Order: sequence, then C-alpha cells, then structure tokens
Amino acid sequence: MMKMISAPFARTRLGLALGASLLAAACLAGTVSANAAEGEPAPAAEAVPTYPIRHPHMEPWSFAGIFGKYDTAQLQRGYQVYKEVCASCHSMNFLHFRNLADEGGPHFTEAQAKAVAAGYQVQDGPNDAGDMFERPGRLSDRFPAPFPNPEAAAAANNGKAPPDLSLMAKARAVHRGFPWFVLDVFTQYQEGGPDYIHNLLTGYKEPPPGVTVGPGLHYNVGFNAGPAIAMPPPLSDGQVTYTDGAPQTVDQYARDVSAFLMWAAEPHLDARKRTGFQVIIFVLVFAGLLYATKRKIWSKIAH
Amino acid sequence: MSGHSSYEPTNPALKWLEARLPIGGLIHSSFIVFPNPRNLNYFWTFGGILAFMLVAQIATGVVLAMHYTPHTTLAFASVEGIMRDVNGGWMLRYLHSNGASMFFIAVYIHIFRGLYYGSYKSPREVLWILGMIIFLLMMATGFMGYVLPWGQMSFWGATVITNLFSAIPIVGEAIVTWLWGGFSVDNPTLNRFFALHYLLPFIIAGVVVLHIWALHVPGSNNPTGVSVKDEQDTLPFHPYFTVKDALGLVLFLAFYSWFVFFLPNYLGHPDNYIEANPLVTPAHIVPEWYFLPFYAILRSIPDKLFGVIAMFGAIAVLFLVPWLDTSKVRSANYRPLYRQFFWIWAVVSVGLGYIGAMPPEGAYVIIGRILTAYYFVHFLVILPLLGLFEKPRPLPASITESVLGKGGAPVTAGAPSAPQTK
Amino acid sequence: MASSATAEPTRRDFLYIATGAVGAVGLAATVWPFINQMNPDASALALATSEVDIGSIQAGESVTVKWRGKPVVVRNRTEQEIADAKAAALSELKDPIARNANLPADAPATDANRAAEGKENWFVMVNVCTHLGCIPLGQEGEYHGWFCPCHGSVYDTAGRIRKGPAPENMAIPVYSFLSDTKIRIG
Repeated sequence: MMKMISAPFARTRLGLALGASLLAAACLAGTVSANAAEGEPAPAAEAVPTYPIRHPHMEPWSFAGIFGKYDTAQLQRGYQVYKEVCASCHSMNFLHFRNLADEGGPHFTEAQAKAVAAGYQVQDGPNDAGDMFERPGRLSDRFPAPFPNPEAAAAANNGKAPPDLSLMAKARAVHRGFPWFVLDVFTQYQEGGPDYIHNLLTGYKEPPPGVTVGPGLHYNVGFNAGPAIAMPPPLSDGQVTYTDGAPQTVDQYARDVSAFLMWAAEPHLDARKRTGFQVIIFVLVFAGLLYATKRKIWSKIAH
Repeated sequence: MSGHSSYEPTNPALKWLEARLPIGGLIHSSFIVFPNPRNLNYFWTFGGILAFMLVAQIATGVVLAMHYTPHTTLAFASVEGIMRDVNGGWMLRYLHSNGASMFFIAVYIHIFRGLYYGSYKSPREVLWILGMIIFLLMMATGFMGYVLPWGQMSFWGATVITNLFSAIPIVGEAIVTWLWGGFSVDNPTLNRFFALHYLLPFIIAGVVVLHIWALHVPGSNNPTGVSVKDEQDTLPFHPYFTVKDALGLVLFLAFYSWFVFFLPNYLGHPDNYIEANPLVTPAHIVPEWYFLPFYAILRSIPDKLFGVIAMFGAIAVLFLVPWLDTSKVRSANYRPLYRQFFWIWAVVSVGLGYIGAMPPEGAYVIIGRILTAYYFVHFLVILPLLGLFEKPRPLPASITESVLGKGGAPVTAGAPSAPQTK
Repeated sequence: MASSATAEPTRRDFLYIATGAVGAVGLAATVWPFINQMNPDASALALATSEVDIGSIQAGESVTVKWRGKPVVVRNRTEQEIADAKAAALSELKDPIARNANLPADAPATDANRAAEGKENWFVMVNVCTHLGCIPLGQEGEYHGWFCPCHGSVYDTAGRIRKGPAPENMAIPVYSFLSDTKIRIG
C-alpha cells in the first residue's frame, strides 16, 4: 500500500527539491523576518509587546492525554474555590446544580448536590397572585448569577462586567507558533485554556519599575490583552479551607479552580476520551481486516 | 451511467421491480461492473471518502437541527444544551464541526490529485467544472454553518464575509443589506443562514450525482493519464475498488476520529466559545482554516474592490484550468517541468493558508503579496506556456504496459495468469 | 468476478466474513447515538418536581399545575364524590389496576388506592386521557368525575375509566405531602 502511494511521487523528488529551492529563493528575505516576528521572546517582540507577558506553562493536568480523566477530588476543591471566591462576581450560566452530582465531574452525592442547591434562594414564579417569589434551589436549577444582568454586573465592578465562567476554559488558549501547532496534533495538547487560567490567577505581581498601571487595574503577567487586568487579585494563601489536606496556596487554588473550569466547559471529557479510545481501536482493527481482504482480492492482479 | 448492464435479477420480486424501474441495473452498471483503470492509486479513494463525508455531514446535521434554535437569544445556549444535556450530543456536534474540516481536507486532496494527474483535461472538462461548483457550494455551506453557533467568530466572520459584497460598485450596499435582512448581522441573518445551511447540502448531493454521471461517461483518469484502450486495462468496480475505497475510507475515519475524540477544538477558534457580542470585535478575526488561502489573497490587495475580485478570481481560475493548460499530456508523471511547478504551486497555496492565519502586518503582508502573485502567475502564465515549451517524457502505450512493463504477459481481469508482481 | 476457486476456501471465506461482521458491528454502534439523541435529554429528566400550596383549596375545588409539561390536577373532593367513588365495586371497573405510581404496579383500583394515603379527600392525578392524550373536563359526564370531549371517555370521581374508548384509569403521579398544606409532585 505504501508502495502504491509513493510510486508516482518517487519520480518527483527532483522536482520537489527544485520547487522548494525556487520558493525559498523567492521569499528568502520575507521568511527570515517572519520567523523573527513569530519567535516568542525574540528581539522583534520588544517593539510590539506580546501578551501574556509570561507565557503559560504546560501544567501536568490529570485530564491531559489519551487516557486523561478528571480528578474528582480536585474538581470538588475547585468547586469550593469557585463557590467561595469566584461566584460572588462571576456567573456560571450553563451549569445546573444537578451537574455537581454528574459522573465524570465533581461527582458529589445527590444528597450533597441537593443540599448545595437548597443553600441558594432562586427566583421562581409567577405564583397565583402574579408575583415572582424566592424558593430554595433544586437540582434542576441553574447556578444563580450574582448580578441580575450584565449592566448591573458592570455597574458594581468598576464598569467592567466579570465574564461568565461556564466556557472560560475553552474560550481562552495559549498561543502556539510553528512548529508547535503541528506537533500538537500528535501530542493532542488541548489544555491551553486551564494553562492560561492558572497562569492568570498566579500572575499578579508588583509592576516592574517604570511601568504604571491605570486606575482600577492590576498588573498581571498572565493576562492576554495587556499588562494589567480589571479583576483584583482574587486568591490569597489560606483563603479557602480545604478538608482533604491539599496545600492551601494560591498556586493550588489556581490549579484546582482551573481544572474545575475545564470540567465546567467540557463536562463530557471523560466519556469522550473513553469512547474515543474504543473507536480508534475498532477502526484500526477494521482497517487491518480490510487490508488483509484487499490484499487477498488483489493478490492475483498486477497493478 | 454507462457500463454494460448485464444485470438480470433471478428473484421474481426484483425482476418485477426491474421491469418497471431499472434501478438495479443502474447500480449494477455504475458500481459493480463499472470498469476502472487497474492502476488507480490511493489518491483515487478520496471520491468515495467525499461521498461518505457528505452523507455523514447530512446525517449529523439533521440530528443537530433537532436540538438547535436559530435565534440570536437562544442559538449559543442551544448549542451548549447539545454539548451538555442531549444524549451523546457532544459527539454529534464534534462529529459535525470536525466533519466540515475533514470534508475540506478530503476535497483539497481530491482537487490536488486532479491537478497533478491532469484529470480536468478533455474529455473531462464538464466533470471538473461540476466539481468546482460543488467546491463553491461547500464553501457557502461551511461558511453559513460556522455562523450558527453564534459565537464571536461566527458573528464577526459573518459580518466580514457579507461585507465583501459591499465592494461591488453602486449596488454593493443594497446587496449587503439584502443579505442581512437588516442593517447588521442579526436575527434575520441567522435565520436565513440556518435555512440555507440546511438546504445547500442537498443541492450539493444533486450536483454530486451529475459529477458521477459525468465521470462515468469517459471513466476515471489514472496515474499515467493514458486513456483506457481495452478491457485488459480495467478491473470491475466490485470487488477491486469497493474494497480499496473501503480501506481508504476506514483509514480516513481513523484520522477523523482522532480529531473528534482527542482534538475536538483544535481546528476551531477559542473566541467562538464566547457568545456573539455586536459591540466588541475580537482582536484577530480569522476564518475557518479552509478559507485561509483565499482570505490571504483578499488581504494582500490593498484595495477593497480588487481584493474581493482577486479572492473570487483565485477560484475562477480553477474553473478555467482545462483551457489554461495547453499540454496534451495529462499526468504530471510524464511532464518533468509541470511536475515541479505543480509542487511549487502546492507549497505556495499552503503558504497562503499560513499567511491567512497571521496578523496582516510586517513581513506577512509582503510574503502574502509574493505568494498571491505567484498563485495567479502559475495559472495565467506558467500553465499556458508550459504546454508550448515542455518536452514530455514518452508515454506508455497502454495502462497495462505501464503496469507490467513492455512485453509483459497479457492479463485479464477474469483469470489472471501472470505471477504476482508485488 | 475473479473468484476462481483457491486451495483454501475456508480461510478466505473466514476473512471475508470477519471483515463484513466487524463492519456491520461498527455500523450498528454508529447508528445508536443517532437514535438515542431523540430520547429526553438531561435537562428534561431533571425537571422532576413541582410544589403546590393546597392550603386555600376548599372542598369541591381543584388546582391544576404543570408537571413535565402535563396538567396535574389536585382536587379537594366533596363527601359526595368520595362516597360515589367508594361505592363502585372493582368488578364494575373497566381497568381494575390503581395506576398509582406511589403503589405497587398491581395494586387494585380501590378509591383508597387512588386517593392520597390517609387523606381521602385529597386527589392528585395526571389529567391526561389514556385514550389519545386529550385533557378531560372536570366534574362532568355521567359519573361527575371527568369527561373527555375528544372521544367521549367517561371517568368517575376517582379518575377511573368507566365508559368510552380509553383503556386505563388516569395516572397518579409520584407525590408526597411536605406539610398539611403543601405537596410536592414528582
């Protein structure tokens, strides 16, 4: 089979070489400068600063790789950080309390998820008198938003509405230049979102001398749209009390909440990777059988 | 569709049907006994792969439409509902969104194969043009499908692409307003794009039937480009090419599955997971990868109208290839110069795709212009001149001769006697 | 076509059969998600409960609430209605099964098995005709229970089918009393 694909092109190798050298000659100058602009902290980058200032590091996520799975304990801690810290400003519109009990997610017991839901007052109605009323949350309810609408959220937060977090881990990415974006196809790197979020949450620093930060902004080396972000530093060491003995540090909080946000954005990742492995195995077995069949059928035919 | 219909059902029910609607004979002559050149390589399996992808996209698309709501306030949320709540919805949606990319990967390989082996040359010009019409319809369908999730890239992609038509003098603005059904991309636009996105695949299917019909008049081209001379040159479609196409398809499915299950968002853009906001434009607007070469050509021309003309011109020259190429020899295997220029052009096209993904600044602009110029020079200057100056290598007398070498033992499809040459 | 007999027909046939069988399995596995996607999704399954305040419902009055997209009637039955329902012998009933989701599937359709446990005046029922899904009108028809205007099914004051084309008694949903004045359906 390989023979058949390569046969017609074996003779073209000379042409390829010629073509490549012609092309290289045609745009030699351009290519060189393009590489400079693409390179990460290359000299050209100083003229136009690139953000984030600190390139996100590839963190060792439990859900990376072909056999990746969410770490239930980590998601539960991440939910705790979200609930105690993020939820006071950020909505999570696409999540329901029932999701907290989902397998392949934080996997709280149904009773625990019900208790969490009941801890919130949710608006319902109208009742028979035509009035809206508050009642304790149920599993079928969405996570209540901290503000009734984006305008109210902006008004309460210095004019910038905190974005919804349901899809944050898929709505942010790490810039990959050539050749990394090609290699990613083979290594299946899909964790740019949580890497970015972790980098952002741990990216609050004192601004270096000479850098001034506008009013209401906070210097952050992990932010992708400038040197400073409107969100004040949300995390501090010891802020959230873990019960499972995990370290109570900003780094650990950032890690856990990033993992939680990845689950929130891609709740069926476990099932996807499990199904995918079965599909790939099946397809390869089937391809092997077809290859044998094909050889058998063609065995007497010169082609 | 050509081929000798020797189909005679023995089953009385089939006999009854055949006398009234000879569909069995049609299938039999088109896909069972249809004679194919015996030397087709695996690049010829992409026709079958494309037919499969069309069916797969229609199947997944129809079920997604059962859960999708084409309204600006609900479109994004309904897609998230598919991803989170619908049984297996995440799989169906990833199959569909990645399926579009796979469809384009396959069609580009199919087109490159046609260009390399000269499959567009007489008597296959109409076949080629029908293929180009399918390509255009695919681009329209893909573009409108990308708008439906109503993310930021959906919205701004729709805004930018529809604004292309505003470059048309005098009536441009009116056309854009008509396309939008308003004064910006809004609910009427989303609604009509959904309707058309649902409709166009069926029109594609219709043109595919014409494409296969036009293919079955002269039969398939082959790696030598030499026409079929007698029965020795061919093998019946079944089982030889059904099993070969099936193997090609299943290997392609392995590639497709890898993306669906392990890289589902690799070919998408993160900004499309942010709901459309008509008041904020993303930092870099990038179309889907399969439009990038054309997008690069658009941006390379520093004039609105001529940029749009160049972009559509890049597709228009493909329609004209059967007449721009003056050489009588089909296959690049026997055209030493064309073969080199083909590969330069292929690299230039991929390069244009890379430029299209980069911000339009600095060296990217200059490289983009050089590559754009070369793209057109290839079709408008090199192709016509090559046919006049190139000295092709000697062609084999027949397909059989190219397979067995000169003086090879004669072989027949039915009872092969030659020893295996593998 | 090219199938001249070979020395080992069984091995060749086995290969073809195996390939075909694996392909058929793959096709079947692929079809399933396309069918299953039409089943109720997770959000529909979660819409399980409705709460009703029954404190203000006087004897002879009903309240209708929507539960899973269907009307559920909560009725405070009159003494007369209870007496009528109890008077019917099981042998007179077209459907002798209680159809009460709170009871075993084979519980008989006595009035006690149809009404709320220990509170026989309270009656909770999915008000959907078991014939073809119309909504019967309350306190109408020969038995002063429910009457379906679509095809003329007649139900008694315990929602049991007595006449007409409907095959079953109207269904009693899962429900429970949260307090004396509040019930939760689902």
